[in-house]
Amino acid sequence: MLLVTAWPYADAVRTTPFHPRLSELNDQGLYTHWQGTLSALRYSHAPKHEYFAVRNGVGVFDSSPLCKYAVRGPDAERLLTGALVRDVRTVRDGQAAYTLWCDDRGGVMQDGVLLRRTGEDFLLTAARPALGWFEELATGLEVELEDVTDAFAMLAVQGPRSRTVLAEVAGLAGAVEGLAWSEHRSATVAGTPVTLSRTGYTGDLGYELVVPEAAALDVLDAVLEAGRPHSIRPFGEEALMTLRIEAGLPLVDVEWHDSRLAFTDADRVTPSELGFGWMLGGVREGRRFVGAEAIRRELSGRTSRWATTGIVVDWADWDRLHRDAGLLPPKSEHPLPYESMLRSGDGESEVGYCTSFVYSPVLQRHIGIARVRPDLAARGTELRLELTIAHRTTTVRVATTRMPFFDPERKKS
Amino acid sequence: MTTTPGAGADAHYDAIVVGGGHNGLTHAAYLAKAGLRTVVLEKNDLVGGAAITEELLPGFSFTTFSYALSLLRPEIIHELDLVRHGFLPLMMPSSFHPTGDGGHLLFGDDHAQNLQEIRRHSPRDADAYERYHHDLDRVCQAVRPLFDNPPPDLWGDGPQDAADVRWLLEHLGGLDRSTVHDVVRLLTGSAADWIQDYFTHPAVAGYHASSSVIGSKVGPMSPGSGLVLLFHKLGEHDGHLGSWAFHKGGNGGFTQVLARAASAYGAEIRLGADVTDLITHDGRAVGVALADGTELRAPVVVSALDPRRTFLELCDPRELPLDLVDNVRRMKFRGVSAKVNFALDDLPTFPGLPDTRDHFGGFLNIGPTIEYVERAFDASKYGWYSDEPYIDAAVQSVVDPDMAPPGKHVMSCFVQYAPYELRTSSWDAERERFGDRAQAVLESHFPGFGELVLHREVVTPVDIEARTGLSEGNIFAGEFLAPQMYFFRPAPGWSQYATPLDGYYQCGSGTHPGGCVIGSPGRLAAQRVLRDRRDG
Ligand SMILES: Cc1cc2nc3c(=O)[nH]c(=O)nc-3n(C[C@H](O)[C@H](O)[C@H](O)COP(=O)(O)OP(=O)(O)OC[C@H]3O[C@@H](n4cnc5c(N)ncnc54)[C@H](O)[C@@H]3O)c2cc1C
Repeated sequence: MLLVTAWPYADAVRTTPFHPRLSELNDQGLYTHWQGTLSALRYSHAPKHEYFAVRNGVGVFDSSPLCKYAVRGPDAERLLTGALVRDVRTVRDGQAAYTLWCDDRGGVMQDGVLLRRTGEDFLLTAARPALGWFEELATGLEVELEDVTDAFAMLAVQGPRSRTVLAEVAGLAGAVEGLAWSEHRSATVAGTPVTLSRTGYTGDLGYELVVPEAAALDVLDAVLEAGRPHSIRPFGEEALMTLRIEAGLPLVDVEWHDSRLAFTDADRVTPSELGFGWMLGGVREGRRFVGAEAIRRELSGRTSRWATTGIVVDWADWDRLHRDAGLLPPKSEHPLPYESMLRSGDGESEVGYCTSFVYSPVLQRHIGIARVRPDLAARGTELRLELTIAHRTTTVRVATTRMPFFDPERKKS
Repeated sequence: MTTTPGAGADAHYDAIVVGGGHNGLTHAAYLAKAGLRTVVLEKNDLVGGAAITEELLPGFSFTTFSYALSLLRPEIIHELDLVRHGFLPLMMPSSFHPTGDGGHLLFGDDHAQNLQEIRRHSPRDADAYERYHHDLDRVCQAVRPLFDNPPPDLWGDGPQDAADVRWLLEHLGGLDRSTVHDVVRLLTGSAADWIQDYFTHPAVAGYHASSSVIGSKVGPMSPGSGLVLLFHKLGEHDGHLGSWAFHKGGNGGFTQVLARAASAYGAEIRLGADVTDLITHDGRAVGVALADGTELRAPVVVSALDPRRTFLELCDPRELPLDLVDNVRRMKFRGVSAKVNFALDDLPTFPGLPDTRDHFGGFLNIGPTIEYVERAFDASKYGWYSDEPYIDAAVQSVVDPDMAPPGKHVMSCFVQYAPYELRTSSWDAERERFGDRAQAVLESHFPGFGELVLHREVVTPVDIEARTGLSEGNIFAGEFLAPQMYFFRPAPGWSQYATPLDGYYQCGSGTHPGGCVIGSPGRLAAQRVLRDRRDG
């Protein structure tokens, strides 16, 4: 008899603290692995409906698999200032700051959000493990680095109704009230201290809750209960992808690869090339962090190879190309799984590439996050995007545009 | 939203649009965008016509008449930059069909799961499902160019007319045999015959017949219902052919978007402006007169009303060719559709699915089998309403929570059959009894429904006519069946938006390609007006 053997590490596939409840709300059973943890692709047959919960109601996303590092001690600021691209000294207590970190070549390794609780107490999130990297940098400093990934669950509550819903959760009303975009506060829900930040990966009005693992279900239940009259629903990674592209937010391993893991320079990008030149204040003047020297050379020598820009597809050209081929013009809210090349307006030369591409239901346009030659990044530059239609390579007219593509006032108001 | 400041009765316009329904607004936006000083005259205090949303109870928004969006031409969204003005079609994620015996069919966005749902009832029908959609989509693609261009004038003698006819023949000649045959099947045959070529299970067939009778005095077994079915599949939502969306705030939300776009292009919108007469001079339109005695002048007057009003009421039929007048007089309207709209205290309960709510995400199709709908139709032939009506319902607050207060809901029910003319009574006498019939049907599928009702609004064909001006309450501004379509909409020789009176045009749903919230009549008529101006 032939026995089918189980992969010996199958039980290493983990679930998040919210999983017991969220899996009850999941009638699809489709998961992906996020750092060895199950992450729902979708909860229902219609990820686009989940997407609309965020754009027109309220949705929750389980971001517990994010790596979380507590950084504490007298030298915490020093460590982070020397490691992160954004100037940590300007991050106030109670502020949440999106940032990157680089290797010594000035190539972007990862991104994350830094919450500064008090002067010497930080929490840093990262999509991929980074403990080793920061430990190396912490050598000789008086700082405590703790991986608290498993100690805390993280719940994103996003959408125009998120504020209303959270204000109805016992214990959160005070914290939600007046919490400005990119700020965070502590609160107590279900008898447990939680951190509430006005952050997210959807580009909409939204919040995130950092919750001690043991209280995760209680807090989730309280949020779902408050959200029920507002038709709250969980959303999965598929909806998240559409949302984050509309928000113009990059994703590691899609928009870029960790510089330390890349084999060629073509697979590396610098913060400027990735569209985060705005983080580089003070670098020319000598601000120091890992990679700063290389970045300073890049800035002064104007050697950036790329500029990141949004592109928006000419709808009429898109429709015509497909109709001429006898096809219905597809408008899919699922991002293309591959990268496409960008050509100059006359189609003659390759001038860049598009890293994420999707049809945006709220904008009714195909949009993409792209990297182009810096001289072509000015808003409104006409380019052509390569695609295949009916098994033939062709190009469609696109124009560069500013990101975020979708940026509702409510996000920050 | 009313007027541009400073525009008085004596303001000078390049174009006057009579009627602020979605076609009038679309039309005005295009004219204004092209630089014409344009005014829209709307008799009601709200634009939108048959596409309005009203707050009948604090916090509860009702889609009084039309209730979902699909046929709107995508070109219009882009050409008028509607997203900037708030255009937001929301996905209706599901479609729910109680089978009448406690069972159900539930369709969603996942093709494989939909197949499985049919397989649950009939493996054979599951096999037919993909073929059915393929064949129907092929027909849609074949007729789309006809749908999106003005019909050629078969009786015209200009060089353009000959070119148009050639274009049509070439297009038809380019279609393969089976597509052409399917086109004809749908144009002339019944929905039942078409559907039963594919499906055998009564509920599966019933589900697929759901849009074959909308707005039309036909049953699914009547010839002509195939065309009604096809018409309702010609739309799209985000590239999904035949899919329907719910605009944020309902179709009234959509017409507000149009009004903002038209205003942004410079069109003026006057509410409470009831137009009584077209003013002509030497066979030319020169302006209009309002009920309050005001007269407005412009070299172009466009009626966005239905053909009966356009040709027999606004203007003097004696100024028109006899055959046109005769054809418009013979045009069939005879509305059979009603709305029963509810404010609900909570979501209804379907006993077969006690623990989920996701089946309320889209249309609820209350017409279990073709035979059920056909029987509902029977009464209307003899001047009475259905005892057990067919209902196309949607709990719109599930798709757009802003339609109702938290935890509460609004439910739109499009109900047939309710003939405009009742043989032995009046709609004033029968209105609430008819509402009771519809509610009883809902009660039979969703026990306890009645206890959830906070408010009920019954809108009969007579009410539709009174509020919107759609004659006999016909939702398409004239029946949408073969004798009244394409070359013949609204009358042979007058299907290209002009009229026999110079400067007088038509852009309502009574023109090609027809009714629904579609915008094409408004858009195509604008192209005609602008071309005529250019050509002098
Ligand atoms: C009950 C019902 C349900 C429907 N459901 C749907 C649906 O879900 N989806 C869909 O796509 N379609 C639906 N339809 C059809 C669709 O709503 C109509 O075909 C479409 O809205 C008609 O648009 P219109 O601009 O041509 O005319 P109308 O909307 O009828 O606009 C005409 C306008 O002219 C005004 N007017 C009339 N007389 C005068 C006058 N003398 N002077 C000044 N103004 C005047 C009216 O007040 C009105 O605002 C429905 C229709 C009805 C009635």
